[in-house]
Amino acid sequence: MAKRRAEPLVWLLFTSGGLAAALLLPVLLVLFGLVFPAGWVPAPAQAHLLSLARNPLTRVVLLGLCVLALFHWAHRFRYTLYDGLQLKHLSKLIIVGCYGGALVGSALAGYLLLAGL
Amino acid sequence: MNARYTEFHPRWHRPRMPVFWWAGRRSYLIFVIRELSSVFVAWSVVFLLLLVHAVSQGGTQYQQFLNLSSNPWMLALNVIALAFLVFHAITWFNLAPQAMVVHLRGRRVPRSAITGAHYAGWALLSALAAWLILG
Amino acid sequence: MADQIILQVTRYRPEREPEPTTQEYEIPLHEEWAVLDGLNHVKDHLDGTLSYRWSCRMGICGSCGMTVNGDPRLTCATFLTDYRPGPIRIEPLRNFPVIRDLVVEIGDFMRKLPKVKPWLIRAEDAAATDGELLQTPADLDEYKQYSMCINCMLCYSACPIVGLEEGFLGPAAIALAQRYNLDSRDQGAHERMDVLSTADGVWGCTFVGECTTACPKDVDPAGAIQRYKLTAAAESLRSFLLPWRPA
Repeated sequence: MAKRRAEPLVWLLFTSGGLAAALLLPVLLVLFGLVFPAGWVPAPAQAHLLSLARNPLTRVVLLGLCVLALFHWAHRFRYTLYDGLQLKHLSKLIIVGCYGGALVGSALAGYLLLAGL
Repeated sequence: MNARYTEFHPRWHRPRMPVFWWAGRRSYLIFVIRELSSVFVAWSVVFLLLLVHAVSQGGTQYQQFLNLSSNPWMLALNVIALAFLVFHAITWFNLAPQAMVVHLRGRRVPRSAITGAHYAGWALLSALAAWLILG
Repeated sequence: MADQIILQVTRYRPEREPEPTTQEYEIPLHEEWAVLDGLNHVKDHLDGTLSYRWSCRMGICGSCGMTVNGDPRLTCATFLTDYRPGPIRIEPLRNFPVIRDLVVEIGDFMRKLPKVKPWLIRAEDAAATDGELLQTPADLDEYKQYSMCINCMLCYSACPIVGLEEGFLGPAAIALAQRYNLDSRDQGAHERMDVLSTADGVWGCTFVGECTTACPKDVDPAGAIQRYKLTAAAESLRSFLLPWRPA
């Protein structure tokens, strides 16, 4: 009898987040974290980025990316603290901190991408 | 001499696992570095949201964001973050075939095909994103 | 004068010392000798009190696992010349209590293995006169890799989670569960799920991957575990989204 389990679903978030982060974050960080600030290529105009960001598909993709990547961090960091620093006895605090943090970040991402733009 | 030792049940030696068990072995250290990449994944999301917010607030805010990102400390942080992100992507794609066994037309898809598909997707999506951003 | 090599062997004699010590033995360095041959030379000619397990000396019984220069190895499959000029450190297998010298207690694994029900489970027992359960070579290929496990415990020694989490089922037990889950003759996958889809089952694993590196029979327990995570997650998703559908 399969009982209701949260861990497999949370792991699915972690896996999807890992894949999304691996596929999309490097190019974004390369451009906005290195190439544009270093001046190798001139940064795009604000107006262009705004129209790009306002596109509903862009918003959905970026929101999905942010939420999944944050939950990827939450899950992975939780186990890093359990195994890397042997803090399993603080698991309740760690779970609230990690997944709570991811929830707060996701809410913020939702607000910025859906209401703010 | 030792009350814990009896003829029929010797005292077993149970060494405790040290907190820094991962520091003594190369493969464990690489594993922990891979796990720590998640912190930089979270940072990249924060940085991305800062960008989105700046873009939504207008030209001045956007310029302020660009200035912030050119700050030497910020630049250094992002270079480090990028290194961890790339390490995350490479380890993820290389491990994917171990986790995914795909059957196509009754045969097992070879591991190289699964890894290759991931890298191809990475290249395609990166190119698409760059093209959209650079306009 | 033939070459010699030094073995630095852990000794633990609870009747006379509270902690393990190291004893050095100098043995001949024969080209064809495995570490196990070196230990047998010590036992036969230098120090009969050395205690260790071994049996088949050909990598199939799983008895002779020890930590050689920090790595979990079958001592019958590890050659002295690979460590030339030495010395070679030989310690008991990590993550297990040490009974004496190089002999470890594997009762923990022996109690965990039956929990995953590593046998063919059928919905109904069939009479012998009904004939054999048929299986194609392709069916066999689905689980054959996981059936190669010799219970040598090198994977448990390599896995940090085994050392950190007392209840963790461990790589071999989960790989053996998969050997039956993926066997076309088996009908017991849902029975195993209650044991496997737990924090002490697959969810405790963080895919370090050292178990697969250590395995002398190419079982790839890490792969078995990750595949099961996908299976269990898909099943959880199904039961969450489509609860009326049978498992």
